[in-house]
Amino acid sequence: MKKEQCPSRTRMDLHALGKHNKIKSILRNYDLYLMLIPVIAFYIIFKYMPMYGIQIAFRDYNPGLGFLKSKWVGMAHFKRFFSSFRFTRMIRNTIMINVYQILFQFPIPIIFAIIVNEVRKKKFKAFVLNVTYVPHFLSTVVLVALITTVVHPDYGIINQIMMFFGKSPIRFMEEAVWFKPLYIISGIWQSTGWSSLIYLGALAGIDPVLYEAAQVDGASKLQQIFKITIPCIIPTIMIMLILKIGGIMNLGVDKVLLMQNDLNIYSSDVIPVYVYKTGIREGYFDYATAIGLFNNLINFFLLLGANRLSRKLFDSSLW
Amino acid sequence: MPTETIQQKRHFNSDTFVLATINVLLVIICIVTLYPLIIVLSNSVSDPVAILEGRVRFLPVGFSLESYRKVLENKDIVRSFFNSLRYTLIGTFCNVVMTILAAYPLSRKDLVGRNVLMLGITFTMFFSGGMIPTFLVVRKLKMMNTMWAIIVPGVISTYNLIITRTFFQTNIPSELQDAALIDGCSNTKFLVQIVLPLSTTIIVIISMFYAVGHWNAYFGPILYFTRKAKYPLQVILRDIVMSAHAADMTASDAVLSTRFFEIERIKYATIIIASLPMIIVYPFVMKYFEKGVMMGAIKG
Repeated sequence: MKKEQCPSRTRMDLHALGKHNKIKSILRNYDLYLMLIPVIAFYIIFKYMPMYGIQIAFRDYNPGLGFLKSKWVGMAHFKRFFSSFRFTRMIRNTIMINVYQILFQFPIPIIFAIIVNEVRKKKFKAFVLNVTYVPHFLSTVVLVALITTVVHPDYGIINQIMMFFGKSPIRFMEEAVWFKPLYIISGIWQSTGWSSLIYLGALAGIDPVLYEAAQVDGASKLQQIFKITIPCIIPTIMIMLILKIGGIMNLGVDKVLLMQNDLNIYSSDVIPVYVYKTGIREGYFDYATAIGLFNNLINFFLLLGANRLSRKLFDSSLW
Repeated sequence: MPTETIQQKRHFNSDTFVLATINVLLVIICIVTLYPLIIVLSNSVSDPVAILEGRVRFLPVGFSLESYRKVLENKDIVRSFFNSLRYTLIGTFCNVVMTILAAYPLSRKDLVGRNVLMLGITFTMFFSGGMIPTFLVVRKLKMMNTMWAIIVPGVISTYNLIITRTFFQTNIPSELQDAALIDGCSNTKFLVQIVLPLSTTIIVIISMFYAVGHWNAYFGPILYFTRKAKYPLQVILRDIVMSAHAADMTASDAVLSTRFFEIERIKYATIIIASLPMIIVYPFVMKYFEKGVMMGAIKG
């Protein structure tokens, strides 16, 4: 009977079982453990092996020698990265894209859900929702192709409207200043409907008695929204916000990679794409791993911080 | 009471105003959402010259299905379409099986070691080895340029695992389980004959999440595939869009511009073909999804 079998904070019902019964329970449920074998193997090989492999961030990686035997170089890769001229640029871009996302992309699904929730005609509501879900199902490649079509300098609708008002067309995809607005606006276009689902779920859970009481007291629609609806979904909003903040450095690679070009690199240079380009395309595995680790660590601590803050301020947290 | 009626009236008016504004706003949102899709659909059946002259603003100009014929003739596109289909079907199957194999045991309160396992699994949501170490592991396992490279490393999404587990915990009555187990039903049999039929909602939902992920995958394939024969449709589409862009930048002489027309022609048709399967499937799945949201199975 090993101690590992009984984790320090198990549930009450497990505590109630004696050690003897615990073994009995394992034997009786042997098939549950058989089911878990491939699962555990998956997590060890594809999740924990890479974590073990992070050590190449501190080594001069040689594929022949593997993770463990390559020469130790300490913080050399990190020093090189911090002194690179792209370092501040990448940090600035990553943070700014996320600040814009939190300011614009994050609240819009909440507002959208509240608005849609007020619609009384069932068919219209279903129609609006179904239409706004569609973009979520499009791939990033298609999304970027749509962006290039809509902002095309010759035939895109945006430039046609601008030309109609006598302005000269803009090559949106090739100008650094336009990279972030395009990234955010297309993100809003793609994700608003789908992201609102979670809030709609939370809204459906509000007790209708609250609204009835408010109506009896003569509260207007707007008052009801501000005094009942929003306070009721604050916990959901906070949880989504924590997750968002925890994922700040975790920009998806695909979209930036697809939108990036030599002309807009000044504002589209972000860490994940840099990791891909230096690591996979140029083969500097160790250096790219170091950058990726730096990124992941920041993410991890941001998540911890956001979670703690939210628990203190709003009493809602992930764990 | 005159003051009371006035107040009620004012609220009535402001409420109608609010509702009207909401309706107008939602109609605008629908138009903005649909416009890019409609224009791509129109472009795909329009004369490329009309597209480039900016004459296709909403409805097709010079309707023809020539572009779709060209797409069907293009070997790369057809092959990659079937690649995508294969990756999506096999991948989703593996995903769902593995997710259930993980979620069911972990949903059982009497599973010894459950908390340790859950801790180990949840941790991977918040911290990961990152792109390069994962790539090196996959390469070491000799999976490069095989279908498994894009299926196995993500065969379980921890998020889907957790929502499936929560579903099992909240929707499978523990009395049912106790009764079945006391009657000598094995766990496996209970899972297959009782739990799974009761869980179609969550199975459809996670299948959809996984299938959309596979069909739309772009980064995994470019990471692990170096041979064009392995490419899924999204990667081929990316190449077409890129070459259209490149041709656009240099489209001065006549030879190049005819090539440019060809690319423009197939570009929009390929976008439609690359998006259609998911758009067709999703209304069928949506029903289950809304049910799942309402059951509280899906949370942030």
